[in-house]
Amino acid sequence: MSSRNIILQRLRNRTGGELTAPECDFSVLKRPDWSTAERIELFEKMIESVHGEVHHCTSDTWIERLAEVLNTRGARNLMIPKEHPIGQAIKASERTDLPELLLYDEPIESWQPYLFNEVDASITSTRGGIAETGSLILWPTPDEPRLMSLVPPVHIAVLNASEIYTTFHEAMISQNWASGMPTNALLISGPSKTADIEQTLAYGVHGPKELIVLVIE
Amino acid sequence: MSETTAHAHPHVDVKEFHPRAHAAIHNPKIRQNFRKAMDGLMAKRTAAFEGWDLETLRDLGANIRLKALSNLPDLLEQLEQKLTENGIKVHWAVDGDEACRIVRDICVARDAKSVIKGKSMVSEEMELNHYLQDHGIEALESDLGEYIVQLADETPSHIIMPAIHKNTGEISELMHEKTGTDLSNDVEYLTASARQQLREKFMNADVGVSGVNFAVAETGTLCLVENEGNGRMTTTVPKCHIAVTGIEKVVPSLEDVSALLALLTRSATGQHITTYFNMISSPRKGEELDGPEEVHVVLVDNGRSSIYQDDELLDTLRCIRCGACMNHCPVYTRVGGHTYGTTYPGPIGKILMPHLIGLDEGRHLPTASSLCGACGEVCPVKIPIPDLLVRLRQESVDGDRLHPAKVRGHGAKRSTGEAMIWKGWAWMHASPGIYRLGTGVAAKFRALQPSKAGAWTDFRTVPKLAPKTLHQRMKERGQ
Repeated sequence: MSSRNIILQRLRNRTGGELTAPECDFSVLKRPDWSTAERIELFEKMIESVHGEVHHCTSDTWIERLAEVLNTRGARNLMIPKEHPIGQAIKASERTDLPELLLYDEPIESWQPYLFNEVDASITSTRGGIAETGSLILWPTPDEPRLMSLVPPVHIAVLNASEIYTTFHEAMISQNWASGMPTNALLISGPSKTADIEQTLAYGVHGPKELIVLVIE
Repeated sequence: MSETTAHAHPHVDVKEFHPRAHAAIHNPKIRQNFRKAMDGLMAKRTAAFEGWDLETLRDLGANIRLKALSNLPDLLEQLEQKLTENGIKVHWAVDGDEACRIVRDICVARDAKSVIKGKSMVSEEMELNHYLQDHGIEALESDLGEYIVQLADETPSHIIMPAIHKNTGEISELMHEKTGTDLSNDVEYLTASARQQLREKFMNADVGVSGVNFAVAETGTLCLVENEGNGRMTTTVPKCHIAVTGIEKVVPSLEDVSALLALLTRSATGQHITTYFNMISSPRKGEELDGPEEVHVVLVDNGRSSIYQDDELLDTLRCIRCGACMNHCPVYTRVGGHTYGTTYPGPIGKILMPHLIGLDEGRHLPTASSLCGACGEVCPVKIPIPDLLVRLRQESVDGDRLHPAKVRGHGAKRSTGEAMIWKGWAWMHASPGIYRLGTGVAAKFRALQPSKAGAWTDFRTVPKLAPKTLHQRMKERGQ
């Protein structure tokens, strides 16, 4: 008999009594109906408490703020999505104070060392935020692949203020995640960190050292 | 479960608990490192649950896990079907040895020479690193704590913070000796050095091996909880990803995950959420430009289906591996994780490991507790750990007529002398005449009572018998 069948048979023929599934009441996860302004405020407070950086912008000012953020860090380049409106807007702005713009448009195998060693910053969209935990929701796509938000030392994320949910539970129900999940879905709450050496926090242990959120209001 | 998988730590005799505990208690470095860390973790956990209806949330956590366990075989089949539909290959392993062989076979089929690992306690249980190395495949840990522990050729002393037993100075010396970094007490420098070394390894690794925190049956999704990003690297950069998980990690729906995640990170490290919550549902698809082309899941039993047989012991399988029980355990905090000599230390180890290694091998584990109840009070899924410790203590002396023993290796601590004493005790208490005679005689000859009672009186004085028994005094009062 295969290991699969051995295991399943042992579980099915258990010697104990009949097991019944208890009711699960998720209402304990509910939070008050906060206004958008309250959700933005809480989101900012939570993500800043884990070393994230928040900039308030509008659809007219975010690219200017992006340029400032990059220039203060001396970034030599910025990786942008090719198709997403964020990438197109950055490209169309033709600002001279932006660093060199890079695209992630080839399978990673052909240029991996460049991504790991040469790319200073990346910018991606988000599918919303979560106020309670200060989290960003990302569903990587061919246009914004998985490593784009992980490998460069600075990750900049654009978040629409109107898409900040109160809780993770609310977000997954509102967006109907159960109907189909993508290859990879992520919650990102701050830059990469570790406390494995004597509980001392250090940032950027494997992923980005900095996470910058441009909240578009 | 095969008897040959009875893995404790290599070269560590679990039975030698007492000498190790004695040494740890008298080692000021260990005492300081653990005390400092555990105090911090307890305070952070309390703060993280402020404003929550914690009891109701813990009830929800317990109910979700019970719901999953009540339907375990069906959920596993649903999970297998969904994962397969998503393009993920599912493997089943009866024990750790079989799971190791499955991982090796996947590596061999891909001609893989190097494996990079994300943190996985099941892989520790399997002793996967040693197995792969013995078969010519390099296995490198990438979680910073696990990396440090691997450099030192040690095992994790805590399930969440593997290198908690070491301080910065010790880690600096270790990294200097093994990797050539400069000696430094600057944690940022040490972390940056590890980043540099591990990035090279990520780029060159053929296979990534990770654990799983929750496996969602309804969508076929593997969820990983982490702060460092090494889990994301491990599951994204190499061309092949293998996830190893215990069969009990399956939950019915994504909704369940939102509640368990809220409990897990707050209970473990007092974080409202970890930096990354990574949900994987398929290998790289069509147009996608990164991610592994192959994803495998190994569903590992290794004793879990035995635990599943018993209505009381079943609660052991609710565990979501947060480590709160060890953070709050007065024994763990004093002796540290290595004293137990088992993959899982602390209270959860004491109720889980006897099933994996047998009660004969793990006979001291259920007794390494004061039954103070702290573990049960903080457990996010309300596992009645103290009750299970008592149950395993009964099992280790073969229980009684009402509580027949079932766990492998039961009766290892049974002694005929002790059994006879208790039999006599029971007989005396069931016979009023004998009881009165016995207590009367004991009170009369109380001067002969010994002042020492073994180890018990090393730090205590023996309570003196009263000159008159309760019965005698009540009689004198005319009642």
